[in-house]
Amino acid sequence: MKKAVNYLDRCVACGVCAGQCPREAISIYKGCYAVVDVSKCVGCGICEKACPAGSIRVEEVHDGR
Amino acid sequence: MAGKKKKHWYDYLWIWTIIYFVLGFFNILFAWLGMIDFILPLIFAIVGGNKWFCNHMCGRGQLFWVLGRNMKCSRRKQAPKWISSKWFRYGFLTFFLTMFGTMVFQTYLVFSGAESLRKAIKLFWTFKVPWQWAYNGSIFPDWVAQFSFGFYSLMLTSTLIGLIVMALYKERTWCSFCPMGTMTQGICKIKNRSGK
Repeated sequence: MKKAVNYLDRCVACGVCAGQCPREAISIYKGCYAVVDVSKCVGCGICEKACPAGSIRVEEVHDGR
Repeated sequence: MAGKKKKHWYDYLWIWTIIYFVLGFFNILFAWLGMIDFILPLIFAIVGGNKWFCNHMCGRGQLFWVLGRNMKCSRRKQAPKWISSKWFRYGFLTFFLTMFGTMVFQTYLVFSGAESLRKAIKLFWTFKVPWQWAYNGSIFPDWVAQFSFGFYSLMLTSTLIGLIVMALYKERTWCSFCPMGTMTQGICKIKNRSGK
């Protein structure tokens, strides 16, 4: 299944992804980085297109993670 | 979620960014209002330990989105990796704070009488642009106006850099190396580490 995955070392916590997510699956964790709620994410890729740092990507994720 | 998200009053703060520059064009003293955009994000970060300002209230970021996405003024291509790398972000922050310090020192020189007020804007810390129409004296001492010219220069220069990277790369590429963003994220990271 495809899901958004955030590479934390590049994330600037600007919140563009969270604002764009149509399912409100992304939140900014304590101003540090974006966290994706995998149960809500449908892998649409809107966040990936919006992310200015290129830290959030839609990838094939195996169940459980 | 069906349909569009509910709009809040703070979703329109991009208008504030435009108003700010227009006001400063007519009277430079309005430049002081830009301090709100400096202090508010820091308060959010230091007191709240969050980047709520960046995430929801940044008028500049919103303006880049409106121009870049809604008005299609952006190539929407991924910026080179080094732009959001740690060394560039912290390097740019250091450079920015140094320039801010220089500007405050210039204000001090006018305050102390060592230099006189210069009614000009400096773009990209290099190009002088005459701006004398925006100030014809006021009840405030000259250093207040000197700070205004310096601060307005800083705000305009950084917005122009943001517009350039918006056009070339993603809409809000500026956010990935914005000095305020780097600073507030750094504060949040420190707070989060020591808070637990």
